[in-house]
Amino acid sequence: MLEHDVLVIGAGLAGMRAAIAARAGGATTAIISKVHPVRSHSNAAQGGINAALTDRGDEWEDHAYDTVKGSDFLGDQDAIEVMCKAAGQALIDMEHFGVTFNRDDEGRLGTRAFGGQRRARTFFVGDFTGQALLHVMFEQLIKSGVRRYEEWFVSSLIIEDGQVCGVMALEMRTGQVYAIRAKKVIFCTGGFGRVFEPSTNALICTGDGIALAYNAGAELMDMEMVQYHPTTLAGSGVLISEAARGEGAYLLDKDGNRFMEKYAPNMMELASRDVVSRAEQTEINAGNGENGCVYLDCRHLGEALIMEKLSQIREIGIDLVGCDMIKEPIPIRPGMHYAMGGIRTNVDGQTNLPGVYAAGETACVSVHGGNRLGANSLLDTIVFGERSGNHAAEASRSDDYVEFDVDQALRNEVKRIQDLLNRPANGDRIAAVRLAMGESMNRNLAVYRNEAGMKETLGDLKEVAKRYETVPVENKGKIFNTDLIFALELGFMIDCATPIAMSALDRKDSRGAQARTDYPNRDDENWMKHLVFKKGEVGPELSYAPVSITQWTPEERKY
Amino acid sequence: MDVTLRVQRFDPEAADPKPFWEDFTVSIEDNGTVLDALMKVREDFDGTFSLRCSCRSSICGSCAMRINGHAGLACKTQAKDALQNGVITVEPAGNMPVVKDLVVNFDLFWDKIMQVEPYLKPEGPEPEAEYIASNEAMLHLSGVTACIMCGACVSDCTVLEVDPTFLGPAALAKAYRFTADPRDGDEKGVSKDRLVELTKPSGMWDCTRCMECVQACPKGVAPMDRIMALRDQAISAGFHNTNGARHTEAFSDSVEHSGWLDELRLVPKSVGLTNVSALIGYAPIAIQALTHGKMPPIIHKKIEKAENVRKIFDKVDGPEQH
Repeated sequence: MLEHDVLVIGAGLAGMRAAIAARAGGATTAIISKVHPVRSHSNAAQGGINAALTDRGDEWEDHAYDTVKGSDFLGDQDAIEVMCKAAGQALIDMEHFGVTFNRDDEGRLGTRAFGGQRRARTFFVGDFTGQALLHVMFEQLIKSGVRRYEEWFVSSLIIEDGQVCGVMALEMRTGQVYAIRAKKVIFCTGGFGRVFEPSTNALICTGDGIALAYNAGAELMDMEMVQYHPTTLAGSGVLISEAARGEGAYLLDKDGNRFMEKYAPNMMELASRDVVSRAEQTEINAGNGENGCVYLDCRHLGEALIMEKLSQIREIGIDLVGCDMIKEPIPIRPGMHYAMGGIRTNVDGQTNLPGVYAAGETACVSVHGGNRLGANSLLDTIVFGERSGNHAAEASRSDDYVEFDVDQALRNEVKRIQDLLNRPANGDRIAAVRLAMGESMNRNLAVYRNEAGMKETLGDLKEVAKRYETVPVENKGKIFNTDLIFALELGFMIDCATPIAMSALDRKDSRGAQARTDYPNRDDENWMKHLVFKKGEVGPELSYAPVSITQWTPEERKY
Repeated sequence: MDVTLRVQRFDPEAADPKPFWEDFTVSIEDNGTVLDALMKVREDFDGTFSLRCSCRSSICGSCAMRINGHAGLACKTQAKDALQNGVITVEPAGNMPVVKDLVVNFDLFWDKIMQVEPYLKPEGPEPEAEYIASNEAMLHLSGVTACIMCGACVSDCTVLEVDPTFLGPAALAKAYRFTADPRDGDEKGVSKDRLVELTKPSGMWDCTRCMECVQACPKGVAPMDRIMALRDQAISAGFHNTNGARHTEAFSDSVEHSGWLDELRLVPKSVGLTNVSALIGYAPIAIQALTHGKMPPIIHKKIEKAENVRKIFDKVDGPEQH
């Protein structure tokens, strides 16, 4: 029997940080991931990681205020305080682990400016900070002695009498199904980007943990808050880092005007992401774009700076649209990027389900509220990953494994998978079902939203769910059956899509990433609250939770 | 744009599992990548087709494979550039066993990475704040840490093809990332221990400098250059007593003093004059060279103006060392 005090699901930054912390806390710990850890989507974070270092005159309170304001006052201030206070040490820990951060002239950690912040406090490794951090975290994971299940897909969470017992998982290389017992389970499975098409997210970002936890009774929060990043590449929608604007790049309409003057006269291109994305979409809708895009102009930064600090995104531009940012502006548009919402947790990663934790993009603490600041996501993963791991290890000490009928669970899971494989061909395809969902979400739950559109998508989602019940799995084999994995992932994605659309429809104001043309103003009196989703007896149940306010009174947001 | 992919497939669960070729013609955007085309195959034509891919932007390292015979990332290769006579040929990455279709088994790859103890080993007390280091030193290391572990270099490594025990370009570049890090141990302790391991057989001296890894690497890591840098570190640290180090020194001595290579004396100098068994091992090659009229001259003469070659060495190393 495979069993571990603490089982972490997902091996991105949050997951590996949690596992390392749990192991250091004395728990027998394992980490399970459907891809090898270094393939995780934390890789894609390009620009950097925020921290206010006091030894250079920055204050965590300033970072916290920028975060609160960025969240459009929907972020929980007590949680934001925890994150921003911990940021300095978390950053130094990563440096001591071996991250090759860029330096200043004195050999100390260098910073760059980032959106929505009044001072430069974003620490970085070129424009591949996430990859640099992820690989170093993997090095530390190796050193830690955590057991790794690589390319194992978690297909179910096992709960008995409200207590977590473990998970069912599929070893992809053999097709074998296993039960893994655990006293504590920590979900660090990232976001649900693939619910939208296009998205900057990797193909693996399918909301697995959010769906598994939700189906087991966990509360989801802020699901309507979906960030559209201002600079995603024309066509494929791949990310072009905010670091470009942090280093001074301009946004231009088709006639070469810096349109941000109209929307954020002080911060210009470095206003918060929701503000910049709305500005771009407004310009595109007014006919000031070209082929549905505006332009990101880096030419004045010069070749030397681009090669030292932005070389990866330059390569992406050349590889994917044949455009060299040293020589010409590149076409970009707002694109789905990040889930502010997720599994509702406290600052120790605990959910409403005993023994179940969540951290990183999967979780909603909520430190990002209506809109996440650039470079706060890496920080979120490391701070709350560590806190979850610490807490789970400590809590697992006094607990025993919860008994469950392992044979029965195995039989059920094998049958469920076999039923999927046995479905007869009906002309439909898994990718086609996902595309129908993704395009509908991107049509009606994007930068601007309205009631009619969202209702249309909710209708589309019913249709998608119906197709999902019969869509066939073409590959009937056991070994590395990615077709089966996609079928399981599609189920998770559909489970995520409905709470997103229902929350967005319920929230009748515009705040952070949610901009409703039918309710264009922020309405603090009625809507300064979190929307909480839970699976009820008959369907989703929606409730509300207050926003924690400690020291910053909500005010109108101007950049 | 329509593109035809000729894909090498493999189904381990077939009655008689053997690799076979299959052609697919798919329609993609004009600036679409090879990965876009492969995903079309999987999504619209054949759900049994397996490959690893995730980020679509050259950062996750999942989709390394052989495209027209050379390793690269499918997501970084424009389909229109890869078309050869209207076809793009796609095979799994080399030097790793195939699991299914384009999915290969990375176990050996990761075993080798583990062998170099791939984590920072600082010695002495940790500073309270960050380690102080120059931006140049960090930028240099970032050029190596940009490695995404995709395996393209390992796929095309010509040494691994004949000697699976070779640590290989990815693991050696990873090792260099630590030996070159000012925060990792000092020369007497950790760094020395690392070099002791890396100078052993199957280590840094087994690279034949064929350049394939430099060409294959999609991230500009240039693993071979890192292996050469490791060799410099090893010799500077006093590891002269290895075949590789002796070979390098004998090579360099010969060229420096006579202007060209004294092939006849290179072998005994490299393996060691007293290493009789190794010398006997070279006998068949010597005999073959002799019978084919390719025996190097017994008396090794200086070339004309050999002193000019010497001047080059002086310029590079500084004259005081000679």
